Amino acid sequence: MTISPDASKELHVFKPMPDLPAPLESVGIIGWLKGNLFSSKINSLLTFAALLFLWKAVPPLISWTIIDATWSLSSTPDPTPKTGACWTFIFVKFRVLMVGLYPQELLWRPILAFVIFGVVCVLTALRRLQTRLLIALWFFLPLPLFFLINGGIGLEIVEQSLWGGLMLSTGLAAIGIIMSIPLGILLALGRRSNMVIVKSLCIGIIESIRGVPLITILFMASVMLPIFLPRGMNINNLLRVQIGIILFSSAYIAEVVRGGLQAISQGQIEAAASIGLKNWTITYFIVLPQALRHVIPSLIGRCVALFKDTSLVIIVGLLDFLGMIKASAQDPEWLGYDAEAYVFCALIYWIICFSMSQYGKSIEHRNQWS
Amino acid sequence: MKLPVFLFSKSTMTTLTLQAAVIGIIFYAAHGLLVNTQANLEARNIASGFGFLSLESGMPISNSLLPYSPADSYGFAFFIGIINTLYVAFLGIILATLLGILIGVARVSGNWLISKLAEIYVEVLRNVPLLLVLFFTYSIALAALPIPKKSLMPFQGFFLNNRGIYLPRPIPESGFLIVCLAVLTGIVAAFLIHWYATRLHRETGRIIPSFTIGVTAMVTIPAIAWWVTGGPLAWEFAVLKGFNFTGGLVIRPEFSALMTGLVLYTAAFIGENVRSGIQSVATGQINSSKALGLPAGLTMRKVILPQALRVIIPATTNDYTSLVKNSSLAVAIGYPDMVSIGGTIIGQNDQAIEVIAMWMGVYMTINLIVSIIMNWLNARVQHIGR
Repeated sequence: MTISPDASKELHVFKPMPDLPAPLESVGIIGWLKGNLFSSKINSLLTFAALLFLWKAVPPLISWTIIDATWSLSSTPDPTPKTGACWTFIFVKFRVLMVGLYPQELLWRPILAFVIFGVVCVLTALRRLQTRLLIALWFFLPLPLFFLINGGIGLEIVEQSLWGGLMLSTGLAAIGIIMSIPLGILLALGRRSNMVIVKSLCIGIIESIRGVPLITILFMASVMLPIFLPRGMNINNLLRVQIGIILFSSAYIAEVVRGGLQAISQGQIEAAASIGLKNWTITYFIVLPQALRHVIPSLIGRCVALFKDTSLVIIVGLLDFLGMIKASAQDPEWLGYDAEAYVFCALIYWIICFSMSQYGKSIEHRNQWS
Repeated sequence: MKLPVFLFSKSTMTTLTLQAAVIGIIFYAAHGLLVNTQANLEARNIASGFGFLSLESGMPISNSLLPYSPADSYGFAFFIGIINTLYVAFLGIILATLLGILIGVARVSGNWLISKLAEIYVEVLRNVPLLLVLFFTYSIALAALPIPKKSLMPFQGFFLNNRGIYLPRPIPESGFLIVCLAVLTGIVAAFLIHWYATRLHRETGRIIPSFTIGVTAMVTIPAIAWWVTGGPLAWEFAVLKGFNFTGGLVIRPEFSALMTGLVLYTAAFIGENVRSGIQSVATGQINSSKALGLPAGLTMRKVILPQALRVIIPATTNDYTSLVKNSSLAVAIGYPDMVSIGGTIIGQNDQAIEVIAMWMGVYMTINLIVSIIMNWLNARVQHIGR
């Protein structure tokens, strides 16, 4: 008996029905809303509370900053009372906020310095240059920029008491970081040394600086340093404050670097010793490069923190960016524009700090996946 | 064998010579400093030593927790500053922790909108200087609030204006001591209940709702005492007399601005610690505790928190010490903390070295105490291998 070809047609093969589409409320926009905003009674309540808050807060904010705001470039305050922000104030004060009392006719010098600094920052962020070249560039950078702004070698000298604004903040922070990295590395190495005296000296320096607020360090630099120096030897307030900032920063950088040093396994060192490298060569060629690569994100975190901390110099009488903001807000001709001043200040600080921390995050990410 | 690594030379002789050289340089520098300092102090006619502490200060202090007058000594004025610093630090740590936990939990919330709002809060506050935040809160406390005559009154007896926040002042009457004792008894009772419940759980496996019972005890015992003694607390309300309020309990704008700024700023950092702590707990842990049938509350208390705290506490210790140090920014908005009062003393008698030494001593002591407490806490939550 043969099976006729037709028999297979009689065979009942299980054929599933086509899948029903997913319920409408679990996919697409509705699904997302249900999953992320209204997943439970409490969540729905929270969502509504947040929406209410946004409804109350955002429209007035937008109308204050943009719609009702004054954008005119006139140089006198608008006498008619306004409901919105008066950005004219910022336009008028812009020069003071950026460079302080720097002479008008020499303004091209800070502008050029800003441009050079910006180009180096962009080059760093794009990672187009070799690391070695980049490091050399950063260490070399302060010198020409200082001459450009300060004068000397043919350029007219500008008194340091006239410096101020964002230029001063950036300068204090940049030189603070650049100088404190080598100092911090030395302190960190000293802390790991097995010479008791060097070790305890380094621990003492690091911990006593980390134990006190920056303000006391600045007071010390500004008030005590002149007492410590030999008579007849004077250094100006700006340099004293800069020294204070460098000392402060190097103690924190030392701790960051120490974290990196601890992450290097003993095997690396033993391997280096077994092929006959001497101690300093091990430190310089094997340990430090790896340790520093580990801590680059934390170092950038320290840059952000130090840039924010330089705002404290206002307390020892320097007018940095925040200081200029405060001074401008107290200008008798322009009273009552505190809010505009602080919002602008917060915006600038935020842009700079946020981009630095994003850069740090991207490096951290790259390190993890490389 | 642990290899000696840094700044090490194989011959002990070299090491010893190097160290001797370091000592020599330190002594030489110290000697030079001493000579310079003495010459400078003499030339500027500045006294040295701590004798000035017993002199009359003559400076007014606007915010003081203890009775103080300008006739008191410099030493006492500085002490008032220490008390104010400690007060700000203590209250700031507690409030910043509460707000920080809220922010951190909101950051990991399943609610997209809430977690985004918390993220915006954190990213904004972490990327602006604290001093700016303080200037901002201070200008709001001064400029945005009305003059005393047009005070805001959110509740009966509460007034908000640019001279401060006025609250009713509680005045204890007879029998108040009994209520205080009852509060203490309630706390002790709650601890005893917790201890008993833990022992019962360990020995028999039975679980009693110790938290509910404890809270009930803490509330009911003082409530009964309050009712029996007939509410032994009177309230003195602030009243508007002329241009200003008198009476009542007043919180000055400097203090509220400093507190608000410090707490908002530090909470952003603590919130980040809480977030990373909670996210460090493996999802498998949470899933398996759900699979075992643990309710959400127990999962949080017994599974997530003990592991998250191991990450949270060390990071938060740093933020606490930062808060203590940051409280010194009070000087910028005129709250009389230790740095502000010390700064005035330096301005009056130029004895900078002594005052700065006192600042350093106090800050280091406070931070040492904070670190000791937090390290003790940390040791308690660390994983104990059994």
